[in-house]
Amino acid sequence: MSAPVSLPGEPAVDLNLAAAHGLTADEFERIVSLLGRAPTYTELGVFSVMWSEHCSYKSSRRHLRMMPSRGARVVQGPGENAGAIDVGDGWLAVFKIESHNHPSFIEPYQGAATGVGGILRDIFTMGARPVASMDSLKFGSFDHPRTRYLLSGVVGGIGGYGNCVGVPTVAGETMFDSAYDGNILVNAFCLGLVRRGELLSARASGVGNPVLYVGSATGRDGIHGASLLASAEFDASSEAKRPTVQVGDPFTEKLLIEACLEAARTGAIVAIQDMGAAGLTSSSSEMAARGGLGAELDLDRIPLREPGLTPYEILLSESQERMLIVAERGRVAELERIFAKWDLHAVEIGRVTDGHRWQVRSGGKLVADLPVAALTDEAPQYDRLAKAPAKTIPAIAPARGAAPSAREAIRALMASPNVASKRWIFRQYDSIVQGNIVLGPGGDAAVLRIKGTQRGLALAVDSNPRACAIDPYLGAVATVCEAAINLAAAGARPAGISNCLNYGNPERPEIMWQFIRGVEGIRDAALAFDAPVVSGNVSFYNETEGRAIPPTPTIAMVGVLEDFHRRVPQFFSHPGHAVLVVRSGRPHLAASEYAALFGSDEAELGPIDLGRERRLADALVDAAQAGLIRSCHDASDGGLAVAVAEACFNLESLLGAELTLAPGFDTASDLFGEGRSTVVLSAPSENVGRLTEGFKAAGLEIVAGGRVTGTARLRIGSVIDEDVLELCEIYERALPGRIGDR
Amino acid sequence: MKWGVVTFPGSLDDRDTLHALSDVMGQEAVALWHKDETLAGAQCVVLPGGFSYGDYLRCGAIARFSPIMKSIARFAAEGGLVMGICNGFQILCEAHLLPGALTRNRSLSFICEGVTLRVENSKTPFTRVARAGELLRMPIKHGEGLYVAPENELRDMEERGQVILRYVAADGSESEAANLNGSTRAIAGVANQRFNVFGLMPHPEYAVEPMLGGTDGRRIFESIIESAR
Repeated sequence: MSAPVSLPGEPAVDLNLAAAHGLTADEFERIVSLLGRAPTYTELGVFSVMWSEHCSYKSSRRHLRMMPSRGARVVQGPGENAGAIDVGDGWLAVFKIESHNHPSFIEPYQGAATGVGGILRDIFTMGARPVASMDSLKFGSFDHPRTRYLLSGVVGGIGGYGNCVGVPTVAGETMFDSAYDGNILVNAFCLGLVRRGELLSARASGVGNPVLYVGSATGRDGIHGASLLASAEFDASSEAKRPTVQVGDPFTEKLLIEACLEAARTGAIVAIQDMGAAGLTSSSSEMAARGGLGAELDLDRIPLREPGLTPYEILLSESQERMLIVAERGRVAELERIFAKWDLHAVEIGRVTDGHRWQVRSGGKLVADLPVAALTDEAPQYDRLAKAPAKTIPAIAPARGAAPSAREAIRALMASPNVASKRWIFRQYDSIVQGNIVLGPGGDAAVLRIKGTQRGLALAVDSNPRACAIDPYLGAVATVCEAAINLAAAGARPAGISNCLNYGNPERPEIMWQFIRGVEGIRDAALAFDAPVVSGNVSFYNETEGRAIPPTPTIAMVGVLEDFHRRVPQFFSHPGHAVLVVRSGRPHLAASEYAALFGSDEAELGPIDLGRERRLADALVDAAQAGLIRSCHDASDGGLAVAVAEACFNLESLLGAELTLAPGFDTASDLFGEGRSTVVLSAPSENVGRLTEGFKAAGLEIVAGGRVTGTARLRIGSVIDEDVLELCEIYERALPGRIGDR
Repeated sequence: MKWGVVTFPGSLDDRDTLHALSDVMGQEAVALWHKDETLAGAQCVVLPGGFSYGDYLRCGAIARFSPIMKSIARFAAEGGLVMGICNGFQILCEAHLLPGALTRNRSLSFICEGVTLRVENSKTPFTRVARAGELLRMPIKHGEGLYVAPENELRDMEERGQVILRYVAADGSESEAANLNGSTRAIAGVANQRFNVFGLMPHPEYAVEPMLGGTDGRRIFESIIESAR
């Protein structure tokens, strides 16, 4: 076999060039020893992306294995483009969450837009029609000069892309904290539906089967997005990396969705994968690796946006809206006709081989010839040093002066951008297209129906970086609990998880420790809720000039409702209905929004009783299925008092509530604490006996009771007596006010 | 009756319109492809919402040149019923089958929310089962729905009753705050002079089921069914 050639004008490959590509000296040596020769410039580029943290998971892989990924519903766990669970009635839900943090910080509109585009492709590449999106966003403080710019850009990008492809954005979470001033987080989730038995895979098979390139032409955008941008920290020069951000074309994506789903129905697709991070290189080598085969590609056949792209550029381009398909031999014309109908490229660019080699030709010359395994399974795996920092609890602000009155506290909390209405954001997203959403944005969870069935799916996304900063294990446990209770409050039983693990530089032992503790927390809580982790993504290097973000594992959870008609909204609906406040344990001010505003001397999260959290979820789902409750809202940022107020904000007609607190339950921790699941529910008074019995049997605390009132006044014990309209105005106007869009 | 729903590249609400018509309203509804010239015997043709051709040049500006648009223009000239929803409304304006144009929302951002509409003319094929002044709740979801037309044309349209739907407050009163996109005279839907071509920014197809946006959208479809009898 002849060795691949270097092309004229290419730089000499040495240790320095490898370092400039983000490869360490050890890694470069490993490449040379795997190949028995130095790589060509093109091959070096290929290794740099495939061995990047972003593509290889070299620091995280060994730890991710500890998460539960099996279960009765699981059809596809981690390892494919997305995970899949059986949700009943012949349907599979395919879902995944993924980060697009660094691109969104450098170029917010395109960074966020292509984050949405990429996660959509991970879903429809599985043969599933994307039916719902969510996003978890973390921005810096509003005092930071870039926050407004980043917020408008990211929201514009998510809407600009999601609205144009016709996939509703149905839920999300947004937080503002100075910890993200230098490194925002944009985590995008998508869920699709496919009939059981029609799931596609990214496993190449059939030696000689043709490899098809479909979708947009290849340009120079996004080169080294995965290696230099996603797998390195930020510093003063990061702005110069803007050209590594891809540019999205949602119109083409919409055509690609329709064409790929139509092509899937022919049965002529053997394997299919998105050309995402590391584009053509990763899609072709990973599909070959999964099938234990090789691949042969001819770059002269790739559709290009402009002439003169080098093999290096073509292989590393992260141009968007492209897919790679392994087709059944003899059925290429059939697929070409479908893509032509949708005005898309579909070009045969190579074939599956049996040699376990990844071979690339350009201008008739071999420009890369690598063992498939060297790019995938044999990429470096690290067991990085993990060490708890000497001081695990970060300095939190102690209580400042006299504690605020409950009235001051609730008003300040309602005005905090972390608590206030996110309507300014979600009204910019199409949340109704496809006509399935029976509970839309702004609540604990979104619920969509599956057409033609009674079945519903609930979606929620959560994170709790402040708790994770105090204790990365308990913070992760609390995050999973919050997502599960969000679903249960809407009436859905938790069924599966996708997670996006956002951390700092894993080469630092304390970051690695945070990461491992986070994974352990997710593991334990996922087991407690029988909600396996079927997909996810790790985002390391979220640091700027040595300052890491707080550990931020984002949990997207999917739940199932037997009957979507039984979904439970968060708003009170009937004056006279009884109100109950049920909780799993005593909340605390540590890591709360209250503490962020007023300081607090509470610094411990305390243990979380997962058994009780699970029993609360079960009790809520059982009550919903039995039709006993009319509304249920999970307290989160701002705690119980805020949650009761939010339950009154039924915009069709504002209602009020009068609550009597159990003796001794009127402290700041009870009213504004967080960290233990607390729900506010309403029900016809004749159901209260049965509900109370159920909650008590489950070992849960009922800490307040009362009724919904027709007059819009909020009365909690002797400590809160507020006009609901006033609170609602504070709540609705806070975010537009901060943005300057009144 | 038989309905045709056009799919342009980038149409998004085509499937949902077909669902509303056939699965919910029990109508015979067929998909029409933009490259075709046949209307498959449809008695009413619907141009659905979405981002035809990505709305890259100007909303509806490219779609109007699709082969099927010639057939639709002919069909309209013969008196056939044509309804454009959202992007479909934009296309009908670009094709000069309806007066006026739709421009960027006053807020310059996309808006997805429920709105209240007042039926200003109930004697049209698209509103005939409604009462004059009846209020309908439907969602809007668009970035470019601010309706404009020359002042003298607006006056004539109002006189002739071509302004079919107006954005109003929940109690039916006129309110600038309720005119979310900032349309001239709060106009939400208009017809041509012959009253057989109708365009509206709000989405009746997303208001046909009780748990999904209510059922007021049925009033529009029921009117058309009544008219085709």
